[in-house]
Amino acid sequence: MSSQESQLPKLPPELQDTVHLSVLDQVYNWSRKRSLWPMFFGLACCAIEMIASFDPRFDLARFGMEIMRASPRQADLMIVSGTVTKRMAPQLVRLYNQMAEPKYVIAMGACAISGGPFKEAYNVVSGVDKLVPVDVYVPGCPPRPEGLFNAVFALHKRMDQERIKDLRWYQKGECQGIPVPALGPDLVDYLLTDEDIATDYRPPRLHKTVVAEQEEA
Amino acid sequence: MADERQLSELTADALGALEEQFPGVAQPAERIGLVIEPHQLVDVATFLRDELDFAYLSCVTALDYPEATDNFPARYEAAYNLYRSEGGPLVLHVHADRDDPVIPSLIEIWPSAGVQEREAWDLMGIRFDGHPDLRRILLWEGFEGHPLRKDWHEPYYEEDQKPFRSRFPDGEPVLDEEDTTFGRNLRYPHDWVEDGVLEIPEGWESEAESAVYKPLELVAAAVKEELGTEQVVLNIGPQHPSTHGVLRMVACLDGETVLGLEPVLGYLHRSHEKIGERNLWLGNMPFTDRLDYITSMYNNFGYAVAVEKLMDVDVPERAEYIRVIMGELTRLMNHLVSVGFLCNDLGIYFTAMLYALEEREFVIDLFEMASGSRMMCNYFRFGGVAHDLPDAFMPMARELVFERFPRRIDELETYLLDNEVFQGRTKRIGVLPPEAAVAYGCTGPLLRGSGVPYDVRRAEPYSVYDEFDWDVVVGNNGDVFDRVLVRFGEMRESLRILRQALDRLPEGPIQGGRVRPNTRVPEGEAYGRVEHPKGELGFYLVSDGGTNPFRYHIRTASFVNLGVLGELCRGNKIADVVAILGSIDITLGEVDR
Repeated sequence: MSSQESQLPKLPPELQDTVHLSVLDQVYNWSRKRSLWPMFFGLACCAIEMIASFDPRFDLARFGMEIMRASPRQADLMIVSGTVTKRMAPQLVRLYNQMAEPKYVIAMGACAISGGPFKEAYNVVSGVDKLVPVDVYVPGCPPRPEGLFNAVFALHKRMDQERIKDLRWYQKGECQGIPVPALGPDLVDYLLTDEDIATDYRPPRLHKTVVAEQEEA
Repeated sequence: MADERQLSELTADALGALEEQFPGVAQPAERIGLVIEPHQLVDVATFLRDELDFAYLSCVTALDYPEATDNFPARYEAAYNLYRSEGGPLVLHVHADRDDPVIPSLIEIWPSAGVQEREAWDLMGIRFDGHPDLRRILLWEGFEGHPLRKDWHEPYYEEDQKPFRSRFPDGEPVLDEEDTTFGRNLRYPHDWVEDGVLEIPEGWESEAESAVYKPLELVAAAVKEELGTEQVVLNIGPQHPSTHGVLRMVACLDGETVLGLEPVLGYLHRSHEKIGERNLWLGNMPFTDRLDYITSMYNNFGYAVAVEKLMDVDVPERAEYIRVIMGELTRLMNHLVSVGFLCNDLGIYFTAMLYALEEREFVIDLFEMASGSRMMCNYFRFGGVAHDLPDAFMPMARELVFERFPRRIDELETYLLDNEVFQGRTKRIGVLPPEAAVAYGCTGPLLRGSGVPYDVRRAEPYSVYDEFDWDVVVGNNGDVFDRVLVRFGEMRESLRILRQALDRLPEGPIQGGRVRPNTRVPEGEAYGRVEHPKGELGFYLVSDGGTNPFRYHIRTASFVNLGVLGELCRGNKIADVVAILGSIDITLGEVDR
């Protein structure tokens, strides 16, 4: 029971069987987290373990993630399963920009976290968080399906803590996508052309981090 | 002159024949094979193909010698590995100038050189004169430099050899990010950076996208004059459920008919070869796992076979049997998964694949039992395998191989092959004539589906494959359906080998030498190849006697087989493209490396 819910008024005894009082955020999050739609987006080795977690033995469908959508417009969870290469970076950012809000990213495996065994390679981005904001990291090379499950549970917990008034999607003003990098002599990242960002580069967060805030309260 | 004893019989014969026909053109190479003068390369190649029957060009690669070697000056070099139906290889070396490396293209003689020469141009910067479409293939047009040259260093470059001194023995590693300009794996030309901020020159435009469509413009232009209809260019991938990963295809369509199709690669190019030349010899073993990530055991097998050619180490019999057991389990699993994925592409959405994945889990259980990892097994060592089989392995393997798998394969076959819709979608689609299959260097079920009974396990037996009783499965028509049939047949043959291997598995040691992390491999050059489930997997290795390879090239079946995709798809409907691609059976980790 969240702190908000404990402040709700007590119902009279005759209504307790038929009426349940809750907070809008909680209902919203409860329904949302049970119907994540992951994108059918396999990059490399981890994609095979991702597919394996949909197979009869593991069956991710138990947690409300049955259908993988090939179109980013119908998906709200991107499981970055594998090495992100520089050549793939423009497409990855474009896919992220096209996904439905509120959207989440799971970085699955060592390559997606930091470049992994291929970090030193000339064509590999050292971690997908250099391009898009990441919500959950799953270590492993590749992680077992159980590891991916744990990431999904962590994501559920995270979604539980979100509030409608904080979510970027429900704020005023237009939501700016991340500028799509181009392929030049090397990967041309337009974020690096901005002096403020270039000095201490961090990927822009499109939805506010609420976890830390809650812990303080 | 190199020592005559180094020349194998095959090479000596070829040298004799060439000396008669083209005096002075060929001479023995430094380690193995022949050096051919570039100006007569095309004539020599034609002669070798037509007169000496070297119909199959397996591997084309490039080498960089920044310093003069014993017999030859500093140079770039192209190496060709040729095969006939048995025996081999004949290795041809062609030297090129360091300042302006140009070598005549062999695409007219062996079309399989097409994609491989593009790769050599991309990564080593050797121009192949006469190649009609010499664009970059793994990197994009406009990328600065040719990465496999020894003097080209990546942004995170630290040292030429692992282990890096900063980590061992000093043990004070520095984050790669701390040493680079932007804290990222990026480096731009000098005039692009000002005070740590990226300044893109005015009017700069990326050529990467426009270059992709160039060959299709020619296709469209050629057809336009005849028919006067409008063509559409369609992009499929890199994010598409039917491309088996991050493959991208651009197709030029007339209505629904494919006029031309061009695979666009490189979306998973992880520079295995550049990293591999820095790694210790044994350190490359886990990287081979990640080449074709569905069949990691067989990649280990290929690398172990290739390095053992150089090392001259004896593998004990028990280890060989364990290798074959693991290899054939891998083949079984790969073919199941590939048939499952093909059904996925055909619209039997997920059902057939779940059947396949269910069986795959059992094979993976066995792998995990033996190696400790589900997918990335890293199980083979030079001269043996890493661990002996645990006690629980044999009962479970016997149960699966003798009882479960034969039943499940029959079941899947009944469901699929008798199905009218499945037959309608696969029969007479993507027909590959046997001559074209050989010319394009196709291997594996793609080649055997066209009726060519070529299997490396038979043509050049490695390990203990010659001790088993098994048949090479071939198809008749060379269409998608026949490739599926061949896969089912090969699954049964794998089970046959497995039954014999499990029954006869001898006791004994599992390691013939000593496993050391910093193994030194004697100086030499070897091309070791195995019959990977997808086709021929070859490792072209050059050692200078040190602890890491001088050259580490991987010839993968998926990459070379993709060279024929455009040819197969031309004239078919766009919906059949995914069926044809599924029947070639590629893994992108292996295509892009």
